[in-house]
Amino acid sequence: MTDEIKMAHGGGGVLMQELITRQIIPTLGAAGSSELSDSAKIDLPGVSLAFTTDSFVVWPLIFPGGDIGRIAVCGTVNDLAARGAKPLALSLSLIIEEGFPLEILRKILTSVAQAADEAEVKVVTGDTKVVEKGSAHGLFINTSGVGLMRQDIDFTFERIVTGDVIIINGPIGDHGIAVMSIREGISFASSVKSDVAPLSEMVARVIDKCGAAVKCMKDPTRGGLAANVNEMAQNVGFVLDQQAIPIRPEVEGACDLLGLDPLTVANEGKMILIVSPDAAVQVLKILQGHPLGQGAAIIGYADDKKGLVRMKTTIGGERIIEIPYGQELPRIC
Amino acid sequence: MPPNSSNPNNPQHPLIKALTDLGHRLEPSKVKIMEVCGTHTVTAQQVGLHSLLPENIRLISGPGCPVCVTPAGYIDQAVYLATEHNVHISSYGDMLRVPGVKSSLEDARRRGAQISVIYTVNEALNTARQNPDQTTVFLGIGFETTTPPTAYALQTAKKEGLTNFKVLAAHKTIIPAMEALLTDSELSIDGFLAPGHVSVIIGSNAYNFIAEKHLRPCVVTGFDGEQMMMGIVRILMQLVENQPKIENVYPSRVTTTGNPHAQKIIADTFTPADSAWRGLGVIPLSGMKIRPEFAQFDAHQAFNLDEPDDHEPSGCRCADVLKGMILPNECPLFAKTCTPTTPVGACMVSREGSCSVYYKYAKAGVPT
Repeated sequence: MTDEIKMAHGGGGVLMQELITRQIIPTLGAAGSSELSDSAKIDLPGVSLAFTTDSFVVWPLIFPGGDIGRIAVCGTVNDLAARGAKPLALSLSLIIEEGFPLEILRKILTSVAQAADEAEVKVVTGDTKVVEKGSAHGLFINTSGVGLMRQDIDFTFERIVTGDVIIINGPIGDHGIAVMSIREGISFASSVKSDVAPLSEMVARVIDKCGAAVKCMKDPTRGGLAANVNEMAQNVGFVLDQQAIPIRPEVEGACDLLGLDPLTVANEGKMILIVSPDAAVQVLKILQGHPLGQGAAIIGYADDKKGLVRMKTTIGGERIIEIPYGQELPRIC
Repeated sequence: MPPNSSNPNNPQHPLIKALTDLGHRLEPSKVKIMEVCGTHTVTAQQVGLHSLLPENIRLISGPGCPVCVTPAGYIDQAVYLATEHNVHISSYGDMLRVPGVKSSLEDARRRGAQISVIYTVNEALNTARQNPDQTTVFLGIGFETTTPPTAYALQTAKKEGLTNFKVLAAHKTIIPAMEALLTDSELSIDGFLAPGHVSVIIGSNAYNFIAEKHLRPCVVTGFDGEQMMMGIVRILMQLVENQPKIENVYPSRVTTTGNPHAQKIIADTFTPADSAWRGLGVIPLSGMKIRPEFAQFDAHQAFNLDEPDDHEPSGCRCADVLKGMILPNECPLFAKTCTPTTPVGACMVSREGSCSVYYKYAKAGVPT
């Protein structure tokens, strides 16, 4: 590791993992936790809580399908949902740059309220700071969230076994491409909207009906499907089926043009569910019957090649899916 | 889901069957086919082409990835301009992480240099238009596909009198490199896959010398897995029949003579010159130099820069890998000091470089 932070350290890839495991955790020592899931579990007498936090620095602040306010709620709610927790309460911290238009702030706060309403969660505390012009990109938001976990099941990676099936609730890459289409001015991708949505209610429907048949869940935000499936491959390997992975043609086209791999593009309204094979069809049906899971599909399975994620390609070949390095860079050739 | 019901390897796919059959017919020979295009390297990796080839057929990546062949000294020149002359550097994304001798563009950007990643050369022109008090330098790299846009930018800058726009040109042409590989007596390449998009510009006749003079098959192919498989099948058939020729399995785009407009804009703006290739050294007339008529937009002239040097790090055998003479794991640095997160040589830098791809597959225990 070099002695400075690069942009790529925040990209959700190998560099970020190195930063966390080699710098942050060892330095925190006994004061920290070595558990690296999206939400931490806090056991209290008779009840277990899930606790998570997330900071939002997306640019532009408003993009097709959402804005930073909506993401700030959904990101934290989805981290709780990934641990099977019902969101109870959120905090909202705003770091606002001097000169920021109040009208835009109101619009973003309205989105916060709407998303919290959809997720059936309350914003119960918060903080406001104003910083000098030039020291924040308009507005940064941090949210933390507490959720109520089930007592009987903890949805962690250790529960995944060979033969389990990977399901995703819809097409990948929408959020990343919606944001990039604005940043890069790609007009043909302008029909792509961010998938940003709170998934707690959809997840609750699945785990209420299928219970322990759901092994583990993860929301593939930064680093996309590639990074997040790799993170789940601790005790097993995974084989993805390229043909089965849902992706919109506009997203695929934009990725092609930008030289990006759609598997590494961020999502904000997707959940990867690892389920036992006998429950796969039931989970799929529940998801497909939910407005946020209509495009759900079975996209692969777990096998015994521990730590290794591969993809069967449409022509029948096999390739290795790696954790991206950091920030994906576009290619010219 | 039973594993086999997902999209299984389909041995009945006619092209896979043909590859397997032809591989058997050529036994016990080991056949080395070289592709000379970064996009072919990527496609082969993305569709898992290596996993479909018979054991005695190997596809190797030649010097066709612009990132892999641009000399380290060029990166240093770009960093020097950004840090010492306060210019705004506009670059295609691939170049950012490539290590120069001293640093990479990514390192320089972290230290505050103005370096932006662009998708089209128009963005670089716009930066120059919007910042008349600062010089914008566009890093012109790549082969015949990226040279015409650079030529267009130079012509536009001249027309508009946009004197704060400069190009640091390191464009290359693929034919002299293929010729250099074929005349290298140590080298044994049995056939070439020629890149479809470069061929759209230069035409398939440009490869005739490969069959006529060097008696090797060469097939022009497009950029999906089936096109590449088709190309390899045609090469193997030529080897079985011992009748080397130039074939084109991408006729919907590639003609025998190429695109005359693109050829003209290149010829009007650039002139062939000797050029250094990372790992391969100087290849005569393999580079494109900006013509004297456009001298005021040439960063080499404006900042008095020499031709960039090539500095291959000590022990690095990228050159032999690029020529297909050794496998990546035969390099003493491979997987020791040189890994995808800490690359030493060019072939490990690009995620599509031979060493980087080999590293992944070796880790997985998949034959390459």
